[in-house]
Amino acid sequence: MRITRVLGAALLALGLAAGPAAADSSPSPSASDDGKAPTQAGTSFRTATEIEQGQQATASGSTGDYLYWSFPADTGQRPTVKATVKLPETHGSQTWQLDVYDGLRRRQACQYGAQTRTAAQGTSSVELACVLRTVRGWSEPWANDPLPGTYYIRLTVVNLGAADLGLPVNAEVRVDSKDIGGAAAVDGSLAKPLVPGIAVKSAEDEKNGSEPVLSSFGSDDGWSSGWWSDRWVWTGIGAILAALAGIGGYALTRGTGRPSRVPPGV
Amino acid sequence: MITRQRLAAGVCALLAALTAGIAFPAGAVADEPDGRAAPKVELVLDVSGSMRTRDIDGGTRMAAAKQAFNEVLDATPEEVQLGIRTLGANYRGNDRKTGCKDTAQLYPVGPLDRTEAKTAVATLAPTGWTPIGPALQKAATDLEGGDGTRRIVLISDGEDTCQPLDPCEVAREIAAKGIGLTIDTLGLVPDAKTRDQLSCIADATGGTYTSVRHKEELSDRVGQLVDRAADPVVTPVATQGAGDCAKAPALKSGLYTDREEFGQQRWYRVDVDPGQELRASVSVADDRAVNPDYGLLLRAVTVHGREIVRGEAAGTGRTDVISTGLRYPRPESDDENAPAETVCLQVTNSFSPAPGVKTTPGLPLELTVDVVDGPDKAGDVAAFGLGRGWWLLGVLVLVGFLAGLLWGWLSRWRVAVWRTN
Repeated sequence: MRITRVLGAALLALGLAAGPAAADSSPSPSASDDGKAPTQAGTSFRTATEIEQGQQATASGSTGDYLYWSFPADTGQRPTVKATVKLPETHGSQTWQLDVYDGLRRRQACQYGAQTRTAAQGTSSVELACVLRTVRGWSEPWANDPLPGTYYIRLTVVNLGAADLGLPVNAEVRVDSKDIGGAAAVDGSLAKPLVPGIAVKSAEDEKNGSEPVLSSFGSDDGWSSGWWSDRWVWTGIGAILAALAGIGGYALTRGTGRPSRVPPGV
Repeated sequence: MITRQRLAAGVCALLAALTAGIAFPAGAVADEPDGRAAPKVELVLDVSGSMRTRDIDGGTRMAAAKQAFNEVLDATPEEVQLGIRTLGANYRGNDRKTGCKDTAQLYPVGPLDRTEAKTAVATLAPTGWTPIGPALQKAATDLEGGDGTRRIVLISDGEDTCQPLDPCEVAREIAAKGIGLTIDTLGLVPDAKTRDQLSCIADATGGTYTSVRHKEELSDRVGQLVDRAADPVVTPVATQGAGDCAKAPALKSGLYTDREEFGQQRWYRVDVDPGQELRASVSVADDRAVNPDYGLLLRAVTVHGREIVRGEAAGTGRTDVISTGLRYPRPESDDENAPAETVCLQVTNSFSPAPGVKTTPGLPLELTVDVVDGPDKAGDVAAFGLGRGWWLLGVLVLVGFLAGLLWGWLSRWRVAVWRTN
């Protein structure tokens, strides 16, 4: 009995300890120092400026430009994209919009956040936000679920007076993500993340070339393998508790001490 | 003894690995300048009479342009081949025909000699007409050859004075050549007509339009555009989709461009082996005025016409591009010699041209194809069929407890039976 208890406690402790430890080992995008944050934006999917999560990227452009950035998002993350546009001193009413696309250039829906906002005449800035859905490890090909890989941000003005076209603006973009964890863990995983040009790149790597690539987020490094989730801990602890409860139930039926009907000395 | 030998071997291996690790990246870096084609940029400057106007920070427009050029020439990255072309710099007369041919190459596109280029710029004086269209045509010729990115930066303060050749049409024709040339335009204190024309030129080639009212804005923006040309980008391969799958070009993984007219279908073919996943994304850009509601459909279809999967997108309002994509993981096959399946990709767009807009050449289309290895399905909805949450724990505990009780009673009953016998 004592052995069982000790074993049970040990297993429980192991499970609890392994949980956070293993969760830590799954790659979380670390905020790199802002000194190296990009100070310009691309103008198309092909030329999108790559940023990391937690980095504050800035760019200067003209009203009417389509500004593009791209960032990597991994399984279990729920990215939030925030953008601030500093408008010129004098301007008419204009509407800005933030769109997020996945690695297949499919538009991704925002759960919350002001994706489109109109700046009234003379306001100095406009703030936009988009909270994406949680990135899944796998989904059926017919679904539009966010999958691990490259994500594109497009920031542009969608409605403006003709006189405002071409005026200088400054934009700031930042992506942070919340770790949703096992609640969103699904079975299956992609063999390669949804990084555009990844098939070309792996062939390129073999030749040791240094050609420009569509998206340089690594094919092997930094992506979670998708097998770990805290569901292992929950199920493991559940199994242990079930075993303990079983022992408890069994013990109840035995009562305490020797059965009264058994004569002493047997 | 053996341990020591192993240790020595281990240290050697480690050292070798380290050296290799250091040596390889160094080699890769050294290769870079040779491996990549030099980006080419041509600055096209309007030197028409109106550049004499004093309305940029108290100085003339020409003075602002000269100062900006000097700053940009100083800051131009080494690898960029820069050229300068002028329009309206030489002919003073009133003859329109001659005036509209007045465009000259001030500094040829090539490795930059900063002093020489600066001296050339210093000689400029505002003179003649504004032949933007012809200047763009010539500039495109200047930039021919090589595989690098090409960019024209057009700086002008007035609309084209050489109709009927519409510079916007010229820009679209240049873009339709599929040589990856972008035209960025800057308007110096522009009026409404200039702005419309310059932004039309920019839109036609996927470039940007900026209106400039201050000196530093001009040099900052031109500098930024030249730097942008130096950024390495993937050059797409030109292809031509067919009207049906049978005649469609077979594509491998890569980036492709094509042109698709309004209401036209484009078909491409991709071979997918069993156990591989096809990823395709397509974007169609509206490089001219279109009606504000539009859509795009990308379908993966078998050779027999059955639709496998589709990607669709629709939008409304101002946009530069509309895009969508699809994934098609092909199941593993038991047969090792199973042939590759030909998947037909069909692209259709539902852009409609605004009234009075030319419909040829077609809209620029960009297609990314990736064929990667990939699993085609998952066994369960939850990760490995595992559970999570307090309900799970409750159920497990309850069932465990009941099982324990039952087991206890059973064994008691068995003991009782054994005892009575």
